[in-house]
Formats: sequence, C-alpha cells, structure tokens
Amino acid sequence: MSAERDVSGVTGRSDGWKPHGALAMRRRFMDRLATGLSLAATCVALLALCSILLTLLVRGLSGLSLVTFIHSTASPGMNGGLANAIAGSVIQTAVAILIGAPLGMLCGIYLSDYGRGWMASTTRFVSDMLLSAPSILIGLFIYQLIVVPTGHFSGFAGAVALAILALPIVVRTTEDMLGLVPTALREAGIGLGASKWRVIVFICLRAARTGVLTGILLAVARVAGETAPLLFTSLGNMDWSVSLAQPMASLPVTIYQYAGSAYDDWVQLAWTGALLVTLGVLAINILVRVGFGRKGA
Amino acid sequence: MDGTSHAAGQAPEDGAGGRGGPVTPVSGAGGRRSFDGDGVFRALVTGSGIAVLALLGGIILVMVTGGMKAFATFGPGFLVSSVWNPVTQHYGALAPVFGTVVTSALGLLMAVPLAFGASFWLTQMAPARLSAVVGMAVQLLAAVPSIIFGMWGFFVIVPLMARYVQPTARHWFGHVPGLGALVQGAPFGTGLMTGGVILAVMVTPFITAVMCDVFASIPAVLKESAFGLGATRWEVMRNVILPWSRKAVVGSVVLGMGRAMGETMAVTFVIGNANRIGWSLFAPGNTIASLIALEFPESPSGSLKLSSLMALGTILMALSFLALAASRLMLGFSGRREGKR
Repeated sequence: MSAERDVSGVTGRSDGWKPHGALAMRRRFMDRLATGLSLAATCVALLALCSILLTLLVRGLSGLSLVTFIHSTASPGMNGGLANAIAGSVIQTAVAILIGAPLGMLCGIYLSDYGRGWMASTTRFVSDMLLSAPSILIGLFIYQLIVVPTGHFSGFAGAVALAILALPIVVRTTEDMLGLVPTALREAGIGLGASKWRVIVFICLRAARTGVLTGILLAVARVAGETAPLLFTSLGNMDWSVSLAQPMASLPVTIYQYAGSAYDDWVQLAWTGALLVTLGVLAINILVRVGFGRKGA
Repeated sequence: MDGTSHAAGQAPEDGAGGRGGPVTPVSGAGGRRSFDGDGVFRALVTGSGIAVLALLGGIILVMVTGGMKAFATFGPGFLVSSVWNPVTQHYGALAPVFGTVVTSALGLLMAVPLAFGASFWLTQMAPARLSAVVGMAVQLLAAVPSIIFGMWGFFVIVPLMARYVQPTARHWFGHVPGLGALVQGAPFGTGLMTGGVILAVMVTPFITAVMCDVFASIPAVLKESAFGLGATRWEVMRNVILPWSRKAVVGSVVLGMGRAMGETMAVTFVIGNANRIGWSLFAPGNTIASLIALEFPESPSGSLKLSSLMALGTILMALSFLALAASRLMLGFSGRREGKR
C-alpha cells in the first residue's frame, strides 16, 4: 500500500534513486510477491483441473468396457451399462440443438442486421442474462409449461429445456461472427442486386460459418453436461427408451442418481459415465478452441 | 440503391460495436422491384428476437404464478421463516436463502483473489505462447459440467475437509472468541464451507475469463507510459490497469456471484443438505437450488410444497437476475467490446 505512495516520490527524492536502497528493495519485493502469488493462483486453477481429470481417469477408466455401451442400466449386481443413458443424452442434445440453434441464429441475425433501438438492446440484454441464468430455473419453467399440462415427464420436455440453455450461446456467437464479416462483402452482394436476406443468408452467414459452427458446438458441450433441468423434465429412465414422449435417461441424471447410491457397481457406473461426459465435453471444447483457432463464447 | 448499400455497409461496424441498434433501413423502401422474401425474412428474425424476450417474460410469469400459492399461504412470513416441515405443511425460505448467500460469499471470497491472480499472470506476465495454453486450460475448467464438480467435491474435497481442514481450523480458531463459533461442529467434511470451496473452483474460470478480457483491452500506451517511468509490473497493475478497469472488474465479480447463486448439482453433493441457520461454516446447510433439486421428487404437482419450491425459485431468479443485470451494466462498454476484433 505504502509502496504506491513512494513511487510517485521516486523522481522527487533529493538523494536520488539507489538500486539497492530501501525503496527499490521494497518495490522489487512487492513486484516479486505479486508475481509469485499470481503464479500460485494460476497453479491452483490448473491443479483443480488436473485433480478432476486424474480422479475421473483413475476411477472411471476401470469400469469402461464394451458392456458400458451395449447394456442399459440395471439393478445392482446385474452387470448394467449406460447404453440407455448415452442414447438419451445424444437424442436430447440433438433435439435441443435442432430447436435452439436455428432460433438462436435467427435471433443473432436480428441483433446484428435488423434490430435497432431499445428493442434490440433489450433483446441483447435478455439473451445475455439467459446465458448465465441458473439452469435449475429453466427446468422448473419447462416442468410447469410442458410436464404439468401433458401429465408426464418426457424426453421432449428435457430437450426443450436444453434448447433454452443452448439458445443464448448461439445468439451471442452468431451476432458476434456476423459483425466480423467485412463490409465490402455485403456491399458486393447488395451491389449485385441481391436482396438483403439473400446477402445475409448466402453471403454473410456463409462467410461466418466457422464461427457460427463454433457457437453451436459450444452449445452442444454446455448442454450435454446439464443435469439440473433434466431432473424436472425428462426425469431419467431405467430401461432402454428412445421415445421422446416417454421419460428418458441421460448420462448426467444417471450419474446423479448412481453417485450417491450404496451399491459399488452403481457408483462405478457413475464414475464411468462422468468420465465419458467430461471427455466428450472437453474434446468438443478443445476442438473448437484449437481447431478453429477462436476464443469462442 | 445507393442508400441501401450504404446502410448495409454500416451494419457490421454497429454489430461489432455490440451496442446500440444497428441501423439498416433497407426494405423500408417499399417500392422495391418484386417480392423476394425480404419482408418474410425480416418478420422471421424479428419474431425470433421477440421470442427470446417472451422467453424471459414467460419464465418470470411461470415462476411467479407457480409460487403464488405459497406466497398467498404464508405471506411475507415466507421470507423470514426458517422452518421447512413437510409434515406440518409449513415452509419458509430463510434457511436456503441464508445458505445461498453464505456459500456464494465464501466462494467469491476465495475465487476473486484466484481469478485476479490468474488473469494478472495470464495477461501481464506469462509469455504469449504459455499464456495461450494455460488460458485454455483454465477455460476448460469452466467447461466441466457441474455434476462432475459435485462428484469430485464429494469424493476428493469432502474427505480433505474432514481430515485436514476442519480439525486444523478447530485446533487453531476453536478457542478464539468470535471465530470459534465459525468452526464448530463435527468434521463431516460437508457443509457451507465445502460448498463455498467448490463454488470458488467453479466460478474462478468465469471471472478469470472476463478479467483477462478487461485487462487485455487497456490501451497499450497507458501501460507503456507507466513502464517508461520505471514502474514495476505490480505498480502498473495497481496504479494503472486496476483504476482504469475498476468498474468492469467489479462487474466480473458480480457475474461470478450470479453464477454461484444458481449453481445446483455441485453444491447439492457437498452442502450436507440440512435446513438450518447457524454460525458454523463447517456445519451442513442447504441452498435454494440444492433444496429445490432435492425436494422436488417428493413434491407432487399442485401441492403446497411444490408451490413453495417455485416460490424459492422465484427468489433465486430475482437474486440472480439482479446480479446478472448489474454485472451486464457494469461490464457494458469495456467488457463486451473486447474479443471481437
């Protein structure tokens, strides 16, 4: 704290600056201290990541076998697998993206090319808020909106909840990426007589496709690991079921149900599932960040 | 046609600026040649924009109406009652709200120094190549699903807390007046403090990402001037970068808070799930989100209990939306612009 005051006095000192004077030593010490502490903080974050990955690998890998992929979840001791959960996760994520991505892209186009005034800034603001909104609220919302009126939990309700979570990610990246398209490209299109929507869809979106795809992949990664909204919507299912109208299993919910159970083989399955989910999600993230060379949302 | 291309030309800049409505008065010229779907497309994208607005409106509406029964039954007493008793059908929000606030505060208390240090190192000190790799690793931490944090917390952090942290804390602080009350309780390992630790690990990457953006967006001239005067890196950080980006830094912390309050699965695993309010940070507690996740399966649709859960959800929504809106406003300029060009 006091070092800061002394700094301004450096040049004013009549005795001049000495490389080994008390002031210089203190300033150097403060700098070293800050450097060391910030390096330590970075290391703590990295340590957490390593610890998570290591724990998952050590505990999850031992349970990984062909059975995991071809058997559905079963009673304890029945040599169950995760096939239904994996299928459920894939289906719900896919449907969620099919709903959320087009809507998100349209909204992103609206924000970058059409919206103006308070309406556009409000939409942008709301979309940004949805980006960080607690996912459990989305679950409750869909529960009241779809599960209660239809009278039963369903994979479709789960997919809609996930779509709401995917939406703002796609909105944000689409808007950002369209904003990066060079003006000249739009002018060329307009100059050739193309109508505005053709310019946007066939020129701008095509130019920005890598970025938009990045956003969609990040949305997949985010949505695939969500648990809280699915607890209230697709519920989970012990048996093999691929019907969107029925309760549907998913990896995260299965992990949640099994991790706290008293049966060793269920806990093992939870770890294996956790390993699969994490590897999938991290693989998508690494692919997006390294492969496309972008920072992403 | 001139006006058209000109207007379209502005769109990217406005879009990239990220603020203010991009102005493109294109098909306002009603007498365009023939029908080419412009009007339809405009209606389509505007409709999807409205859909997003309606979505938030719908969420607010559904949550509030869902919680109406509980609010009507208990009145304002719902907010100040710490009872959660399914047998007597009496529910109150105080304990979970308390847990939510305490765990978020503990989490931020740990996450902010970590995030600040990490972003300081990543933006000011690390060599560019190393910074890119480490920065990506930190971002991967943000991508790990919350349930994984829960399992990791339950099987790795909880034993650590039970075996080392809690006994040590009690040994050192147990007899200190004031502090002693904070560390009381049997060393279960679960509890508010463990929830805070997990939240800290989870929100650190979020805050780090925003802080990195903010710190990286400071004009190089400012930093170079300070370095030219002989300032050390820490002095540049302390006297140039931080004052310049104060508002955005606070915004990033509030964003972390919004995230921390709504976190469900990870906290549910480690919080201990007891409906209580007390001084001890090592005693089990609950949060709004964990209580909802845990009690929901036993709350039939239409029951007072479910309505109480929805009412809790409404409180959580108010808290987190306030935090997110505040952070958005604070990050407004410097935070959003960065990273687009």
